[in-house]
Amino acid sequence: MRHLLVFACLVFLAPGFLGAQAKDDVQERLKADEDRIKALESEIKELKASLAAVTRSTATAAVQQPVEVQTPPTNPAQQAPPTVAATPTLPGESSGQLPVYGGASAAAKVLNPDISVIGDFLGSIGRNPMNPAPTLEMHESEVGFQAIVDPYARADFFLSFGEEGVNLEEGYLTFTSLPGGLVVKVGKMRAAFGKVNTLHNHVLPWTDRPQVTENLVGGEDGIDDAGLSVTRILPAPKDILLEGTAQVFRGDSSDVFKSSRNRDVSWVGHLHGYRDLTESTNIDLGFSYARGHNDLGSGFKTQLYGMDGTVRWKPLRRAIYHSFVGRTELIWSQREQVNNVQHAFGFYTSGDYQLARRWFVGGRYDRSGRASNASLIDSGFSTILTYWPSEFSQIRGQYRFAHYAEGHDGNELRFQFQFSLGAHGAHPF
Amino acid sequence: MTHRTHSFHFVFLMSIVALLPLLLFPTGTQAASKLKVVTATTDMAALAEEVGGDRIDIESIARGYQDPHFVEAKPSFLLKLRKADLLIVVGLQLEIGWLPPLITQSGNPRIQVGAQGYLDASQFAEILEIPTGVVTRAMGDVHPLGNPHYWLDPENGRRIARGIQQKLAEMRPEDTAYFEQRFQSFNQRLSTAEKTWEGEMKPFRGRKVVTYHRSWPNFAKRYDLDVVGYIEPRPGIPPSPSHTLELIELMRREHVKVIMVEPYFDLKTPNSIGSQTGAQVVVMLPSVGGEKEVTDYFKLFDYDVALLTKAFAAAQ
Repeated sequence: MRHLLVFACLVFLAPGFLGAQAKDDVQERLKADEDRIKALESEIKELKASLAAVTRSTATAAVQQPVEVQTPPTNPAQQAPPTVAATPTLPGESSGQLPVYGGASAAAKVLNPDISVIGDFLGSIGRNPMNPAPTLEMHESEVGFQAIVDPYARADFFLSFGEEGVNLEEGYLTFTSLPGGLVVKVGKMRAAFGKVNTLHNHVLPWTDRPQVTENLVGGEDGIDDAGLSVTRILPAPKDILLEGTAQVFRGDSSDVFKSSRNRDVSWVGHLHGYRDLTESTNIDLGFSYARGHNDLGSGFKTQLYGMDGTVRWKPLRRAIYHSFVGRTELIWSQREQVNNVQHAFGFYTSGDYQLARRWFVGGRYDRSGRASNASLIDSGFSTILTYWPSEFSQIRGQYRFAHYAEGHDGNELRFQFQFSLGAHGAHPF
Repeated sequence: MTHRTHSFHFVFLMSIVALLPLLLFPTGTQAASKLKVVTATTDMAALAEEVGGDRIDIESIARGYQDPHFVEAKPSFLLKLRKADLLIVVGLQLEIGWLPPLITQSGNPRIQVGAQGYLDASQFAEILEIPTGVVTRAMGDVHPLGNPHYWLDPENGRRIARGIQQKLAEMRPEDTAYFEQRFQSFNQRLSTAEKTWEGEMKPFRGRKVVTYHRSWPNFAKRYDLDVVGYIEPRPGIPPSPSHTLELIELMRREHVKVIMVEPYFDLKTPNSIGSQTGAQVVVMLPSVGGEKEVTDYFKLFDYDVALLTKAFAAAQ
């Protein structure tokens, strides 16, 4: 009976005892799992920090100067990634391992230049007997490489891939750390003559270039040559920015300048004044001069005089929704020819208004003589509507009417798709 | 003709040589004692002023009420930059659309990237929303190095001020004690203010909000706000009708009663969403100078915290 009672007690108590034991086991297991999760979390955090550091250092390593003094607790993501000691290998001796492609190349990319690609697709319907445009064309694909070269200079390269081949649109070195506030550029660059000549296609507010640019300043390629440029901010009354630029080029620019001998260089000078009228409105005036030899030979020169003016309005509180840019450029050309000197004049005047965050409307009036025969005068006008799906793409339509000196008229509806890949470039001003 | 050409070149070269002393002669009056500090935004200027005091001259390029992503690279900014001893930038590509060409054109070697007078404040701060996967433009105008609105956490303000103080001391060792004393004073005042702000925000911890742009991750983290959606479908992409409808559904489902909007965005869409969901639209200031009375870093948080607590209280 006693044995029976003991057995019964054991039977009744066993589940409790075993339950308690099982509970302890579960708790231990849970604690072990919890510790394991914590360890994994910390491991993931470290891995994330290393990965983020690599990502961030890609663009900041070249930009940030290390702070030598004691710094406050910094972002873990900015800590340097762990370095891996390389195993030395004797010449001719195989290490027996394949090259590591991942980590090493990722680190190497840190110093790669910023790369961007801008596509410019153009279409045209209508009639233009004097200057016909293809119905559809991949007008230009511009590839840009930009980077800081060393503590003293940066470099910018823009390759233009058109349907007819590749062209180095610009490729120059800019010395940024010279004394006396001088900024010197060396390489191939668009000359600082007026406004439109300095602008790449994708930052123009139109699908084409004004007639005066086509007739007197070399059209799309413009004055774009190998040379040297010096720019400096000049003394001026308070709140006025006065900037002077002097450039010397080899002397070959489209049909404007032609160098037949080494010493047939061309010169460009530009004086630029700027003032903020209010915080939303500013005015910009420029005077340009260019001189070089033309395609008739070393004995014949072409001189260009230019004046440009721009008024901008952009209310700061609503800067992303509304803006206006009014611009005009006047150009005089003096071209020496076999029996005479041609004095041609041309200008354009344009206005572009931003209606909403994505919508712009604009108009332009053109009138220009021709460099080799100033008595032939072309004129025309355009109306433009632009839509920005985002900051990185735009769709544009332009109605263009042109009346040519020969008596022919052109009526065209042009449309354009532009898109940008890669590094975020600076917004044009 | 050749002779004339040579004569012209000679005259031109002589003119340049004659003008060279004028070109090389400094045109601005150099600061005798004060460091000239230029900052990209008013927030960096406010923090620099806290530690720099009267030993620095400070100017900001962007105004507090404008979108810092879309500042125009006006040539007049060159007048500020060419004389600067120190340039403080927010970094993380916030200024990528306008500052790099200004730095290059300034002709000022002291503030070029990597020079002693170039300071990227993001290196001192806790950065959130650093993308770890593939980054593409399909995500909108995403910042691949992390969210650049990091100054909207007082702890980051403290870190940035410390970093600026150390940079100033590095550039002006004779004023080290002064900058240190200024920082300590700022730190003390900030600690006191933080307690006040945290106390005011405490009752609203965990509240769900919608913001226009991704400007507030650091602020939301500090005060435990739950940002459940954005009016922009992607950073930098204007609101679309379909996204707006989705957002309205989400806000109704999640009972979101506050929409935070930056002062440079149009209020039409936020107001429309607000009227359909019963949410209150609050124009929060992401930067010092967003309103006249917000003249320093403390007043920025005073302003935002007061607005937000009032809106939350009204929604209860």
